[in-house]
Amino acid sequence: MGRFWSLLFLMVPILGVLCFVWAMAGFWPMQNHWLPENIGGADAHAIDGLFLFILGLTGVIFVATGLVFFWFLWKYDAAVTTEPVKYFHGSHQLEVIWSIIPAAALLFIAIFQMSVWANTKIKRPELSPGVARPALAEITGRQFEWRIRYAGKDGIIGTEDDVFKVNDLHLPINEDVVLLIKSQDVLHSFFLPHLRVKQDVVPGMQQFVWFQAKRPGTYDIVCAELCGWGHYKMRGRFVVQNRAEFDKWLEQAWQEQEVSSFALPAGE
Amino acid sequence: MSTTAIQPHGSHGHSGSHGMGVGEFVRTYVFSLDHKIIGLQFLFSTLLWFLVGGLLALGIRWQLAYPWHDMPVIGRMLFSAEGGQISPEFYTTLFTMHATVMIFFVIIPILAGAFGNYLIPLMIGADDMAFPTLNMLSYWFMWPAFFFIGMSFLWPPYGAGGGWTSYPPLSVVWDAAPGSHWPQTLWLLGVTCVGISSMLGSVNYMTTIIQMRAPGLTMFRLPLTIWAMFITAILQAFALPVLTAAGFMQLTDRTLGTGFFLPEGLVVNNSLPATGGGQPILWQHLFWFYSHPAVYIMILPAMGMVSDIIACFARKPIFGYKPMVYSISGIAGLGFIVWGHHMFVSGMNPFLGMTFMVSTMMIALPSAVKVFNWLGTIWGGKIQFTTPMLFALSFVSMFIIGGLSGIFMAATPVDIFIHDTYFIVAHFHYVLFAGTAMAVFGSIYFWFPKMFGRMMDESLGKVHFFLTFLFLNGTFFTMHILGAVGFPRRLADPYDYETFRHLLPMNQFMTWCAIGMVATQVIFAFNFIRSIFFGQIVGRNPWGANSLEWMAPSPPGHGNFDFQPIVYRGPYEYGSPEVDTDFYPQTQPPPADPAKRYKDPHH
Ligand code: HEM
Ligand SMILES: [Cu+2]
Ligand SMILES: [Cu+2]
Repeated sequence: MGRFWSLLFLMVPILGVLCFVWAMAGFWPMQNHWLPENIGGADAHAIDGLFLFILGLTGVIFVATGLVFFWFLWKYDAAVTTEPVKYFHGSHQLEVIWSIIPAAALLFIAIFQMSVWANTKIKRPELSPGVARPALAEITGRQFEWRIRYAGKDGIIGTEDDVFKVNDLHLPINEDVVLLIKSQDVLHSFFLPHLRVKQDVVPGMQQFVWFQAKRPGTYDIVCAELCGWGHYKMRGRFVVQNRAEFDKWLEQAWQEQEVSSFALPAGE
Repeated sequence: MSTTAIQPHGSHGHSGSHGMGVGEFVRTYVFSLDHKIIGLQFLFSTLLWFLVGGLLALGIRWQLAYPWHDMPVIGRMLFSAEGGQISPEFYTTLFTMHATVMIFFVIIPILAGAFGNYLIPLMIGADDMAFPTLNMLSYWFMWPAFFFIGMSFLWPPYGAGGGWTSYPPLSVVWDAAPGSHWPQTLWLLGVTCVGISSMLGSVNYMTTIIQMRAPGLTMFRLPLTIWAMFITAILQAFALPVLTAAGFMQLTDRTLGTGFFLPEGLVVNNSLPATGGGQPILWQHLFWFYSHPAVYIMILPAMGMVSDIIACFARKPIFGYKPMVYSISGIAGLGFIVWGHHMFVSGMNPFLGMTFMVSTMMIALPSAVKVFNWLGTIWGGKIQFTTPMLFALSFVSMFIIGGLSGIFMAATPVDIFIHDTYFIVAHFHYVLFAGTAMAVFGSIYFWFPKMFGRMMDESLGKVHFFLTFLFLNGTFFTMHILGAVGFPRRLADPYDYETFRHLLPMNQFMTWCAIGMVATQVIFAFNFIRSIFFGQIVGRNPWGANSLEWMAPSPPGHGNFDFQPIVYRGPYEYGSPEVDTDFYPQTQPPPADPAKRYKDPHH
């Protein structure tokens, strides 16, 4: 039976790699079972690049350890092997080698990716040096919808000309977009899968996300943090369109807005 | 293979079962001070909870494969009120209670409670724990926990619904979620009682291992199982107070309006405005300060037991004993400074994310060292593919996957995309189910003869292994693929999103694998129960192993050993040229003739 079990363990790297390759190639029945279309800018593509880089690196280790594992099981099966047991307690040299190499690789990954992290979460785009780009809109998560408040014509959130929408976000294409996100009740997470953007929204805090959208179309806004029984239906959409269309849409939304009945408190 | 005469039942000590009075029965089997009985009590309780957790998981899987369809059989058993359909409220309680049961009522107590209790005194040659009464209490504190969690299933929507991570404000504000009423309060009380139980256990384990080792059993002659239990106990002792405190803070937030975790003026679902002054993220820091070390509480003992099983069935010394000990310690030490990797996108200062990223990357290193040493151990051995060995080998094979997926998530920019998706779910099921749970199965098959004096059936064991291995990979490997699409966890109906609609068939495949996996456990249950009564009777040392527990009778009587064990060497001397057998028990004196003694060429 040793032969059988060794082969079973050999199937782990073989089927594992096959499963990933199948998904990446999009063969039946796994079409679109891979990273969703990336419509983001350089940072979003850098995230995919890192994902693939780590996939390659870990893939090599996965296959190598899997093959070694199989080979040892196959070769030293008690039912088959004629060699006497190798009686020894380890090797100092090997321990040093297989500590230093992974340590170096892991440190490399850690340092290598820091700039991507900084670009996506720390270095907010600027209009001119020292002047942060203002938010295009303020997005407030609440059970179970996304309330969106556009800065309007004056570009400032919290003024009279703000435009209010629910679950309907419009974005200009090929521009640095900054959004102010916050929560009105519990935790939510603002997740734009096609832009590789995710940020939890926390009551009592306000945060900024930024990105560029590079392809027109309509995409999902997903809530990625449990926010109650209706978490699954907290779905928004965002529409990427060129600047002129965006301005026109905003203007029209402003015209249609029924302002007399309510006035929301100003955003922070 | 056994060296000593077969002793099916503890021949010495007192009481046979005949003529036992009620009082004596209660003292022997219910409020027992004997570490072995307590260990078995933990084992039986946790196995029952394992069944509950498994059925809850099928509820989750059913909803993901056939959203809003009546769930056959189990649906009516679990929630007859809804007529078998899973409501979104109930879905939140399904995944909350599944994780809670599996983590706090199965994995943690089965490792430390069942195996820790059963094995520690036996493997160190002691007659019992240092504090038997404390030990009994550690089991009996599980009962209030069982009670509270059991009660939480009684109020609609039949269980807490804030996730096993119980993040405020959802878990704090009374009306924020359906499960935020009584079930959430009971959840907190239940988890706190589990914490107290572990705390009592860990103090006992540390003292016992330090104080009660048999003569000659130095720290570096301890089996790796004991090393792992020792380090785990330290982790528990240092991390648990934080969870307990945090739990009480959440409890007072809920009941007394303290507001540790609520910002000022917060209104959820028309609740009264919170007095506030608190921070929701504070809970996450406190929770993960415990729960990241806890994930190692949930795997280190498994690693220890796997090491013992692998050395035994490779018939070869463990490769790199000391590096193994150091890497266990390294994992434990680093385990305290990586908790922030659960919070990369939580709103925590992004600069902190960078430091947590580096420490998290580094914790993969001792994990890798352990894998290499297991590979080194099977190299050049004579491998016996017994059932316990198959489970132990699968631990290694599967832990490689879980460890490697950890690197993706440790990379902060990548984690932005995969956080809270099925990639995470894949990761922790590879380490916890494919890793720890498989190691637990292997350990049950391995130590069963010691516990009951009888063998479990090997053929049934192998069928159990084969099917579980197949189905678990079918269920969990595919989750990586879902994660790559960004498929979020904890959604009652993810197919509302266009991005994920086409993933339904894949989910149906996974659900059927999961059903197969749970069904396969019937084979295990049958084998386990049947073998207790009808299994083949064995002697003290059926596997030809070295460590001390195999020198005691099977099952050991009260007081464990019928002789005073004296230890001459470490537990991994398989294939030693000093003796003619391929094993060399720790208690066997070295050859009298110095010329026959083995000289290590390196010294
Ligand atoms: C190679 C070492 C490991 C690394 C680098 C690693 C890394 C991580 C990271 C970064 C996360 C958070 C991901 C996220 O939520 O976005 C995570 C989650 C998790 N890990 Fe690991 N991990 C490792 C080993 C383990 C082990 C050994 C266990 C348990 C036995 C474990 C159990 C978990 C669990 C339960 C979660 C998810 C908790 C939740 O969100 O519900 N990990 N891991
Ligand atoms: Cu949500
Ligand atoms: Cu962690």
